[in-house]
Amino acid sequence: MLLLAVAVCAAGCKKEEAGAASAGTAVAAAEKPKSVKIGVLTDMSGLYADLAGPGSVEAAKMAVEDFGGKLGDLPIEVVSADHQNKPDIGSNLARQWMDVDGVDVIVDVPTSSVALAVSELVKQKDKVFLASGPGSTDLTGKACSPNTVHWAYDTYALANGTGKAVVQSGGDTWFFLTADYAFGQALERDTSAVVIASGGKVLGSVKHPLNASDFSSFLLQAQSSKAKIIGLANAGGDIINAVKAAHEFGITKGGQKLAGLLIFITDIHALGLETAQGLNLTTAYYWDRDDQTRAFASRFAPRVKDHKPTMVQGGVYASVLHYLKARQALGVAAGSGAAIVAKMRELPSEDPVFGKGSIRMDGRHLHKMYLYEVKAPAESKAPWDYYKLVREISAEEAFLPLDKSVCPLVKK
Amino acid sequence: MERWLRGWQPFALMVVVLVAAPFAVYPVLLMKALCFALFACAFNLLLGQVGLLSFGHAMFFGVAAYASADLAKEWGLGTVPAIALATLLSAVLGLVVGAIAIRRQGIYFAMITLGLAQMVYFLCLRAESLTGGENGVQAVPRGTLLGAVDLGANLPMYFFVLAVFLASFGVIARATHSPFGEVLRAIREHEPRATSLGYEVNRFKLVAFVLSAALTGLAGATKAFVFQLASLTDAHWQTSGEVVLMTLLGGMGRTYGPIFGAFLIVVLEHYLADFGGWVTVLRGAIFVLCVLAFRQGIAGTAMSFMRRGPGVHQR
Amino acid sequence: MQALFSQLLVGLINGSFYALLSLGLAIIFGLLNVINFAHGALYTCGAFAAWLLLEHAGVGYWPSLVLAPLLVGLLGVAIERSMLRRLYREDPLYGLLLTFGLALITQGAFSLRFGSSGQPYQIPSALQGATDLGFVVLPNYRAWVVLCSVAVCGAVWFQIERTRLGALLRAATENPTLVRAFGVNVPRMITLTYGAGAALAALAGVLAAPIYRVSPLMGADQIIVVFAVVVIGGMGSIFGSIVSGFALGLVEGMTRVVYPEGSDTVVFVLMALVLIFKPAGLFGKAA
Repeated sequence: MLLLAVAVCAAGCKKEEAGAASAGTAVAAAEKPKSVKIGVLTDMSGLYADLAGPGSVEAAKMAVEDFGGKLGDLPIEVVSADHQNKPDIGSNLARQWMDVDGVDVIVDVPTSSVALAVSELVKQKDKVFLASGPGSTDLTGKACSPNTVHWAYDTYALANGTGKAVVQSGGDTWFFLTADYAFGQALERDTSAVVIASGGKVLGSVKHPLNASDFSSFLLQAQSSKAKIIGLANAGGDIINAVKAAHEFGITKGGQKLAGLLIFITDIHALGLETAQGLNLTTAYYWDRDDQTRAFASRFAPRVKDHKPTMVQGGVYASVLHYLKARQALGVAAGSGAAIVAKMRELPSEDPVFGKGSIRMDGRHLHKMYLYEVKAPAESKAPWDYYKLVREISAEEAFLPLDKSVCPLVKK
Repeated sequence: MERWLRGWQPFALMVVVLVAAPFAVYPVLLMKALCFALFACAFNLLLGQVGLLSFGHAMFFGVAAYASADLAKEWGLGTVPAIALATLLSAVLGLVVGAIAIRRQGIYFAMITLGLAQMVYFLCLRAESLTGGENGVQAVPRGTLLGAVDLGANLPMYFFVLAVFLASFGVIARATHSPFGEVLRAIREHEPRATSLGYEVNRFKLVAFVLSAALTGLAGATKAFVFQLASLTDAHWQTSGEVVLMTLLGGMGRTYGPIFGAFLIVVLEHYLADFGGWVTVLRGAIFVLCVLAFRQGIAGTAMSFMRRGPGVHQR
Repeated sequence: MQALFSQLLVGLINGSFYALLSLGLAIIFGLLNVINFAHGALYTCGAFAAWLLLEHAGVGYWPSLVLAPLLVGLLGVAIERSMLRRLYREDPLYGLLLTFGLALITQGAFSLRFGSSGQPYQIPSALQGATDLGFVVLPNYRAWVVLCSVAVCGAVWFQIERTRLGALLRAATENPTLVRAFGVNVPRMITLTYGAGAALAALAGVLAAPIYRVSPLMGADQIIVVFAVVVIGGMGSIFGSIVSGFALGLVEGMTRVVYPEGSDTVVFVLMALVLIFKPAGLFGKAA
């Protein structure tokens, strides 16, 4: 029995190495930090791994390098973890990072359900959350927080961009195929609102589980609704599968069109121009837009299997850079996360990814959005030359106006 | 040795270790281990004493987690009442499921519980207003202990969880080392004989099942407050498999076995979290090894080792 | 009406997979008394074998239809010989736990190596395109899946129920000692049976690859539905599992039209009902 007790104690002491620093005491807010730790919480191996994943980690590293690698005399570290698109795994990792590992800022987090959980935790621990992966407008709406900045895109911007454009070009009856979690639901909700406001009708919707393997039964329901437009309120691997299945069942040949509400260049790459041509999409970043974006992409690509960056990965770069600048302006001590975010709001942001931008009271980062159309195979002259610009959307038009916001932080 | 285990010394030792632990180890990790240890002990009550392998215990774990999360977050109930109600709900679910499943034994029982648990899983997935679907129920407030102690900080929460665990362990130990437990073991050994002795076998099995379900629910409800989140993972069959693994590894039918198994698995997974895929492989490997070569589990092997003394190694 | 027919068709396709998989499970359970939790993993192995054969050896779909089941069948033989065989004297629950562990190892290993989101596998060119049936456009490949499945299930059923080999198998299920006394090598029969069951699962995997994408998790959730199918059909009944498999696919399809939210759970509701009113299953022998 004594042997067993000794074994338990030995095991306990082995666990101690991670816990020794915090030793159960309160968060070391007043102590001098030993480094600046940036935690990239992302999907490393699942359906969003290509549009975020290891690319996001590289983007964060690039931002640190461009900043100089140090904040004052503190080294800057980038750590990463795989949340596997599950809120419990993601929030446990975030909690562990903030409680024990001294991570000051969490970035990326594709998958809105995880992002909402992380945002809540970050608010409790008074750290910083820079969300470039998720899409749900709730992050700056009813779940807004003084510690969270929502970068890159959100479902309102997508609905306004793609949704409005499609309705205006004649697609006025819609049926939604929705990924059944926070993001998909928000996207369906926001796009429905735009469709109805533009004079269209929503004929129905069907929800599918995240990472569904077979879309045939859902697409058949969409087909039988006879809606002109089948709105795909999903992303990543899901949208690729849905588009493929739609072609297999001859849905597009039957006259219905697909509207991919959130597509990334990595999805177009996986689908191929033959299948994807003509799709409308809204994005904040396209690598071939101007010299600055091209320069960023050419530095990024060799680090990530020659893929061009998506707006999520670009968002990680931009948000980390701006964070470091704000912290430098405040002085080096970690301090309150909310204070750092307040400084980030004070300073205008500028980077090769989004150009000039700013952060609003509700945590929304404002920048231009762009509506593109996917080229036909004949029009494309090189790999990744996939988009042609339809129009620019100003920040004021793209994002939810502040006076309509339900965020409790916004004083009316 | 068995009699010594039944006494107060090992229990006291466990209490001492667990009381000191949060000062050296990250409390949230310990709380996770405690919740799963309770889960495993409750599961072991059914497996070790009655001989029924349920492959669907996650349904009680998950439903209770959702229930307590909802009660606290949406209905504003205090932490303790929420946990209590959720445990009750688990017991009721256990009654319903048990009534269906008890009719069969062995493999059939396992399959039935698996199937019913999967049904519950999909119900949880669909009932979005209650469970949040893929999002889960988030931002569950830790609350206070009956209005007196704030459970937001990790240490007070830990001691609350520890108290829950120790009390439940006491209940299980009491049920095990009692005439009721003797009957259960008799049923496991030879059911027809127990019937011929006049015991209403099905009733005993059902009571054991409900007790096991209720305590599993207690573990789930507490866990929801520790992590302030109830999600689909709690009701997924992989969680059912995980508790089987913990019990198998720790030692089926042993009083303290499942606790070792739970702590070991939780710590292992924590350290391997960076290597996501390896965790699944390792789980599978432990299963295979235990079944092929290590059927008594840690506690069982340690017991037989100690009984025979060092230096004598027999299979 | 069109919606009903098209969903029934999709249901029939799903049912083909259920039938193939539950057939393999029923065979293994009938002879070995083992619930093969690894069946889903073997299905995944079949799909990956086909994908790997294409990626690394340039072997196309049609040869893979034979090669993949063969390879996975050999894997099954190895598993039975090295591990399962030791557990026959023990409580059958150990067999379940062992195969569960094997399933986890396989799932984890594939996830590690290939990521969890799945690889695409092209529909073979001969089967591409679709036929317009009027009420629905039926992709040719999916029609092939149904035909292949019916043919294989029928062939296996015939083999077991109507031939001498099948009779030996069935006899060995009931009384292995006696059959052994007749000079039949029962352990070898058992090994080959497990291999055959594995091969059936792998065949289903190859058929599934172009439709469902080749992913490490493809077997995991499928397998539990298949368990329910086998329980409904009657645990040892070959005919029961085939019929229940197809029937359940159709029921699921119908549910999707009438009450879409219930389409995941209808299988388990049916299983619970069968267990209450006819515990041996629809076609099983009374326990």
